[in-house]
Amino acid sequence: MSNFIDLFSYAFFQKAFLAAVFASISCGIVGSYIVARRIVFISGGITHASFGGIGLAFLMGFNPLVGAVIFAVGAALGIQFFTKVARVREDSSIAIFWSFGMALGIIFVFMTPGYTPNLMSYLFGNILTVTISELWWMFILNVVVILFFSVFFRKILYIAFDEEFARAAGLPVSLFNYLTITLVALTVVLNIRVVGIILILSLLTIPQAAANLFTKDFKHLLILSSVFAFIGTLAGLFISYFMDIPSGATIIFTLVVMFGLLRLYKQFFR
Amino acid sequence: MEPLIKIKDLTLGYDREPVLHKVNLEIFEKDFVGVIGPNGGGKTTLLKAVLGLLAPMSGKIIFRKDINKQKKPIGYLPQVKHIDRNFPITVFEVVRSGAIMQSPADITNAEIRKRVEDLLVEMGISHIRNKAIGELSGGQMQRVFLCRALLSDPKVLILDEPDTFVDNHFEGELYEKLKQLNKEKAIILVSHDVGTISSYVKTIACVNGELHYHPDNIITQDQLNSYNCPIKLITHGEIPHTVLKHHHQHE
Repeated sequence: MSNFIDLFSYAFFQKAFLAAVFASISCGIVGSYIVARRIVFISGGITHASFGGIGLAFLMGFNPLVGAVIFAVGAALGIQFFTKVARVREDSSIAIFWSFGMALGIIFVFMTPGYTPNLMSYLFGNILTVTISELWWMFILNVVVILFFSVFFRKILYIAFDEEFARAAGLPVSLFNYLTITLVALTVVLNIRVVGIILILSLLTIPQAAANLFTKDFKHLLILSSVFAFIGTLAGLFISYFMDIPSGATIIFTLVVMFGLLRLYKQFFR
Repeated sequence: MEPLIKIKDLTLGYDREPVLHKVNLEIFEKDFVGVIGPNGGGKTTLLKAVLGLLAPMSGKIIFRKDINKQKKPIGYLPQVKHIDRNFPITVFEVVRSGAIMQSPADITNAEIRKRVEDLLVEMGISHIRNKAIGELSGGQMQRVFLCRALLSDPKVLILDEPDTFVDNHFEGELYEKLKQLNKEKAIILVSHDVGTISSYVKTIACVNGELHYHPDNIITQDQLNSYNCPIKLITHGEIPHTVLKHHHQHE
């Protein structure tokens, strides 16, 4: 037990703990929206497209997260535009942005001279190496997400539930769709350092699926998803530290096991 | 008397392909219009235009001044099959969404809550207020969406095929309810079920590429023919029915 307590005296662990808190809240809230709205596949497209920005940043020598933000938001708006305006089928638009972003990333990384040391931590995440400035950005993201979802809670919920009704009632539905999808893009990118591009989708869907077992109320879903995400992330963090295995993958593994156990619990005890 | 809604030479369509040609229709207070016609004939397209979801290719829709989106919107009950039954939302919130555009200046949260509660009681579904939308039967769903449509106390109520997925028992109840509501609201009811609605509606609009208005609730052979399939009404005992003369065609 004292091992656990001792861990908190290390600066790297304090940062990892804060990253777990921030990632759980933003992914819990935004993920609930994604799952309810059935836009998991769009979110996957946005995530993978952001790899193009990371590659570009390696090549040009600027902060990879900045590159990722530009590509993620670009893909988010691009998918919406392709689908709504250019009338490309939605799943096809997603696939185009998804693979094009990855392809660009691979080309850029290949063109980058020398070894690219951090590439793996962007692909698979490493919560133990999160920096102070990244933590600040995650904190700001949390403030924005919480504010946006508290102020517009009902409008977001009603648009997600019945877009046509909201449109008929005169809500600015398209504006809200662009804003929320931008927020999805930002959430994805700023949490990449925790579990990586390949695995971020799981933080946006598994805790939500677990929470959905116990509540069908959207407000409770937001809160419970964040709680489950936090439990899974923290447990994964401890396990990965003590067993000395990659943190991102361990967090996902823990989340899936937790979901399985909760599902079984519901089967037999509820 | 000024009509609540006046549709004038309205042509509607998608991708420059017209679905409805030069439609004219006036909806007055306490009207109860049944809109019938075959699938693909333009019923839903017409609804979308009236709800402001589809811009006209030509012609216009004029609303009476007291009908506007902020204060007195049009009540709308969509086809239940378009609803995502797995969406994490409670009955209360679905009904509450009927006040989506009401500003806090006009009505407080507490007042909206009270109205929602009253409507739930009135429709006999107060006991399921905290249930998820996916746990409801077809009849309960329909009541929930009717509550949502009524929350803003609209002057005009539009219902899109409210009789799908509903058991016969509730169907009768629903139409009785509509009859009551009709005392103070105009109702536009879209249905593919010719037989059932005709006994409740006051007038009929037959939509199939064009719109033919019948200022009485009588089904003609022609209307039945527009379904492009032989129709036979089967029932026990006697049903009152009338067969009328053909539409008079333009051109």
